[in-house]
Amino acid sequence: MSSAAITQSAAGPEWSLPSRGRVGMGSLIAAESAIFTIFVVAYLFYVGKDVSGPSPKDVLEVPVFGTICLLSSSLTIHLAVRALRAAKIGAFGLWWFVTMALGAIFLIGTGREWHRLIYERGLTIDSNLFGTTYYSLVGLHAFHVTAGLAGILLVMVLTLVGKVQVEHSERVEVFSLYWHFVDVVWVIVFTVVYVIGR
Amino acid sequence: MSSETIALGALDGGARPISERLHDWVVTVDHKKLGILYLLYALLFLVIGGIEATMMRIQLIVPHNSFVSPQVFNRLFTMHGTTMIFFVAMPLVFGFGTYLIPLMIGTRDMAFPRLNAMSFWLTAFGGLLLYFSFLGGSGLYGAGNAPDVGWFAYAPLTARAFSPGHSSDFWTLALLVSGIGSIGAAVNFVTTILCLRCPGMTLARMPLLAWLNLVMGGLVILAVSPLTAAQLMLLIDRYLGGHFFDTQAGGSAVLWMHFFWVFGHPEVYVLVIPAFAFASEIIPVFSRKPIFGYPVMVGATVAIGFISLSVWAHHMFTVGMDSAGNTFFVLSTMIIAVPTGIKIFNWLGTMWGGKIQFTAPMMFCVAFLFQFLIAGLTGIMLGAAPFNWQLSASYFVIAHFHYVIVGGIIFTIFGAFYYWLPKMSGRMYNQTLAKWHFWLFFIGFHLTFDFMHIPGILGMPRRIYTYEPGRGWEIWNLIVTIGTLVQGAGVLVFVSNLIWTFWKGEPAGNDPWDAWTLEWSTTSPPPDYNFAVIPVVESRRPLWDIKHPEDPDWKYE
Repeated sequence: MSSAAITQSAAGPEWSLPSRGRVGMGSLIAAESAIFTIFVVAYLFYVGKDVSGPSPKDVLEVPVFGTICLLSSSLTIHLAVRALRAAKIGAFGLWWFVTMALGAIFLIGTGREWHRLIYERGLTIDSNLFGTTYYSLVGLHAFHVTAGLAGILLVMVLTLVGKVQVEHSERVEVFSLYWHFVDVVWVIVFTVVYVIGR
Repeated sequence: MSSETIALGALDGGARPISERLHDWVVTVDHKKLGILYLLYALLFLVIGGIEATMMRIQLIVPHNSFVSPQVFNRLFTMHGTTMIFFVAMPLVFGFGTYLIPLMIGTRDMAFPRLNAMSFWLTAFGGLLLYFSFLGGSGLYGAGNAPDVGWFAYAPLTARAFSPGHSSDFWTLALLVSGIGSIGAAVNFVTTILCLRCPGMTLARMPLLAWLNLVMGGLVILAVSPLTAAQLMLLIDRYLGGHFFDTQAGGSAVLWMHFFWVFGHPEVYVLVIPAFAFASEIIPVFSRKPIFGYPVMVGATVAIGFISLSVWAHHMFTVGMDSAGNTFFVLSTMIIAVPTGIKIFNWLGTMWGGKIQFTAPMMFCVAFLFQFLIAGLTGIMLGAAPFNWQLSASYFVIAHFHYVIVGGIIFTIFGAFYYWLPKMSGRMYNQTLAKWHFWLFFIGFHLTFDFMHIPGILGMPRRIYTYEPGRGWEIWNLIVTIGTLVQGAGVLVFVSNLIWTFWKGEPAGNDPWDAWTLEWSTTSPPPDYNFAVIPVVESRRPLWDIKHPEDPDWKYE
């Protein structure tokens, strides 16, 4: 009755299952998407419902340069993963560094935008509904960029000390899925905040 | 192979100091130990939440009672609801899932063992945070108090002006922290089930428990995340001066309701789908028949999962939505009865013509079938908007959802405890005590929750700390309170049975129920590595195939 009779003789020709990393990251991305959905819904629900200023039209400027940087970093991280899979560690490190730099430029851009809004335009999180929803949504995204950059920095350091090899390409690729997700979220946040909300 | 398992198992154990063994439990990443930790933790909170319920019922036993003050009553119903949902029901279903899924799909651990440990400890610290409010709710300088905003914490009651001090913050942080733990556990469930099945176990051959926990994991990912987002918004409002739910600045209190119930209704299914899973494993074994309509069961579960995401606003009919909104949510609520009904008929079909053995797990599951049916029928009543306008926020609603959560979910969980306790502890429970537990809890349950419907229909609102005599509510409240005490006695018998089993139970053997799923093929309790050799399966009932080589299932599937 015990495990004795469960034999391996009947094993099929091949038994392959999806990769743990991909499914796990996919699930995490689904959960994060649900969180962002709620913040986006709140943003859209409150557009134009303010009882006091400043309004998005008065103060928001479209962050074209930062957006271009962040979206191109999706391409560069893809090139990095491709280089790693082909065992070109040097090219991987280079593209990885470019990705990190592009992400950092985006964050600096957000920081400058917030600095201008707070000190020149007087928009803070407790100014009005626009301030509350704007800083929450953009801030939530910026938090995710920061988390992604921390991961990228870790891999960068490991690359520089020679610990990242071709056998890690699967893991690095799983991580890159998160970065692509952060980029896709920015497309949505950008549309909501700077196109529809303005 | 079996002798090998036993020999390796014997290397373990031995007489190590208790501190070392406790340390093992704290640092463990083993799914079996974490599963048991979840269960023990939930049982502790079950007793605490039960005491809170009993205190409320004592207050309501006669009109104008003064057992607790109105303020304490508000804290009691808030803590009771929050505790029972987030720190009893959730850890119970996660505990069984964590313990059973790797064993049932024939693997050695969860996909991410360390994430598994993190999820448990986040849940544990969430509960600690909630109860710390009793001490630190007003800050450490003064006396504490627990949150008193109700378990769904409607805005603007949670605004700084109406909820000073930190009690609501403890509520928010407890749910935020335990919610992240739940999402981590769900990610782990989904990944384990999709990626770690043993050779031969195609999706169509998985035990229903694995299938249903897969759907549950997906629901947690999609439903608990909105709660996390809403709690973040509440924190922004309370600490950074935000205006999400601040009506004076144009914010909306109704938006909080939507966000809460977008979580809140799927949450019911997060809890009841694992309950379905236990019933789907226990009923076939004690009917001595394979589950009736396996593919339909899977389809119905997936359908319930999807539909449950679109019914949330039936909690909000009295808020005053437009007729299109009302119609949509009435219809979606009615539609969800269809797949649920299919499942009930499938369990009945499984029992039909079977050689039914009324063991304790089976008795709890049979009671579940009937009680869940009644809970579903009052659910359909409340799902009709006009009826809901009359009875919303009355004791009828309380009776309805306790029928679901106690009569449906807690009953199958007790069944699951008795069914898998021999596997977890290696010992058989006391059958006499188990019968006493069943009958006491069954009678107490019906005394409490059958009769609770009536004061609701007579107009008794929920959450009142006392009431006037002469409205015809007295006798019903008296019966309801007596039933609570009988239920409490049943739970005490259950706990003493657990302790008795641990010290005095007869060795149960590997497969005391002559069951068919993989967890019964290994020793009781299973070794750290579960299976010395990873099994290979050819049908939905691998142990049947082994026991009956002349007539294996795979010939027919």
